[in-house]
Amino acid sequence: MALNSKIPEGPLEDKWTKHKNEINLVNPANKRLIDVIVVGTGLAGGSASATLAELGYNVKAFCFQDSPRRAHSIAAQGGINAAKNYQGDGDSTYRLFYDTVKGGDYRSREANVYRLAEVSANIIDQCVAQGVPFARDYGGLLDNRSFGGVLVSRTFYAKGQTGQQLLLGAYSAMNRQIGRGKIKMYNRHEMLDVVLVEGKARGIIARNLVTGEIERHSAHAVVLGTGGYGNVFFLSTNAMGSNVTAAWRAHKKGAYFANPCYTQIHPTCIPVSGDHQSKLTLMSESLRNDGRIWVPKHKKDAEAIKEGKLKPTQLAEEDRDYYLERRYPAFGNLVPKRCCVKSSKRAM
Amino acid sequence: MMNLTLKIWRQKNAKDKGSMVDYQVSGISPDMSFLEMLDILNNQLIEKGESPVAFDHDCREGICGMCSLYINGEAHGPDRRVTTCQLHMRKFKDGDTIYIEPFRAKGFPIIKDLVVDRGAFDRIQHSGGFISVNTSGNTQDANSIPISKHDADKAMDAATCIGCGACVASCKNSSAMLFVSAKVSQYALLPQGKVEATERVLNMVQQMDEEGFGNCTNTGACEVECPKGISLENIARMNREFLKASLKP
Repeated sequence: MALNSKIPEGPLEDKWTKHKNEINLVNPANKRLIDVIVVGTGLAGGSASATLAELGYNVKAFCFQDSPRRAHSIAAQGGINAAKNYQGDGDSTYRLFYDTVKGGDYRSREANVYRLAEVSANIIDQCVAQGVPFARDYGGLLDNRSFGGVLVSRTFYAKGQTGQQLLLGAYSAMNRQIGRGKIKMYNRHEMLDVVLVEGKARGIIARNLVTGEIERHSAHAVVLGTGGYGNVFFLSTNAMGSNVTAAWRAHKKGAYFANPCYTQIHPTCIPVSGDHQSKLTLMSESLRNDGRIWVPKHKKDAEAIKEGKLKPTQLAEEDRDYYLERRYPAFGNLVPKRCCVKSSKRAM
Repeated sequence: MMNLTLKIWRQKNAKDKGSMVDYQVSGISPDMSFLEMLDILNNQLIEKGESPVAFDHDCREGICGMCSLYINGEAHGPDRRVTTCQLHMRKFKDGDTIYIEPFRAKGFPIIKDLVVDRGAFDRIQHSGGFISVNTSGNTQDANSIPISKHDADKAMDAATCIGCGACVASCKNSSAMLFVSAKVSQYALLPQGKVEATERVLNMVQQMDEEGFGNCTNTGACEVECPKGISLENIARMNREFLKASLKP
């Protein structure tokens, strides 16, 4: 089995730039002769649909919900990182790249992360131009907050609804193209299979979830932006419909499944209240640095609190263990989530 | 644990007449969400070989706007500022009878049981719910457009709308004014939206009327039932925008 992630050649910072400079372009007159199917309308699928349509391609977009605006990207809360360095606190494309690779436990594909860091600033520009209402300070300029795993303030946010506002931004760009007739939207459709012609994806089989009819859709290319596979676990913060059907069908047709270590786990999805439980609500960690995290230093105090004999506020400063600040003096409460979760488990 | 009687609207398809049907559920924990309670009912129905009750849902954390339901005569049920998926059974008592109906409005035709077609909302957005900007990412630096914090915060409050349709279902006129005005307001408050403000409000209001939604008579039921607390102030702002646009030579 030959695994090839097709990352371009060259030094890290030039790989994608060089590739973009050398890739074949399509004549604008020919773009309108090319059809592209995009499955999924979240931040990936929605922005891909809008951008491809903007370029002139004919897009057919599919989602299983009643509207593209329901995609689960909407549930992200905290914020989006960009190496704008508006705060002048030492941020740069390289630092965003470095922090992201580190936050991903050094398992990410570095060239792709570098590309992400490179375009991060443009993403903020794009969103603001489209009317995404990011938080602002009193001078009218964009505000930033600090985030886990990072020592600079580079997170742009819209209350605790950043994902919603970003998704509605992508949705509005799609709406513009649907209105222009460049995107044909198929709501309440579920992808059942990918159609391969000589090893290349050229169409999909989809079920209309209203009529039950099974439909064939052809295209010159197929983009799958169908989300993660978190719902293979009993409890997750993923939406109920995010059941990874499309990725599974693609895998059955020969696509490889990369990086299964990347499944989003949110500490707030762990507590179980009964077997009726469908899922739990994500609780943002975006305010982590606005307070201090501690546990009682002594077991007897922890037990007294549990039995209701002692209130946590009655515990003296020297009897508290600020375990994140103790273990990670540089990052404190802002350690990457995986370190935070491991330490918290140990502390408990 | 609670035992409940459910009276649920059952309708096979868009053409079927439909009727209320009684169901019993038992062993309901107060910690369950309303939709988890319906999951349990559907499990019972499937085990008996009956057709489960169709209802819309997805994120189940109150943000996607997919879930709906008219519960005991209120959109998203008796609790305030929550969607049905975040309504918990502790809001009900053992032995209660609960009426569950779909969102009813001319603009929201029923597809099946409790599932309605809110495609009209999408079509209103297609007619102007956007700012026409190329998707290249190379337009201008984000900080080149300063926006006063007051306006940015108001735009954010309007943008909080999740498009669930509770406003339409709660309105005696089946008006979609709260929904449409939230989008119009978001862009009217931002300098980026000013360029197309005139066409936007005219086109969106025209599409809203064509979809069969009624007019606003300032009752305010929409604001009370809105799970995201979208303010009536937005309707006033849209009316101002509409008047301004209509009077333009």
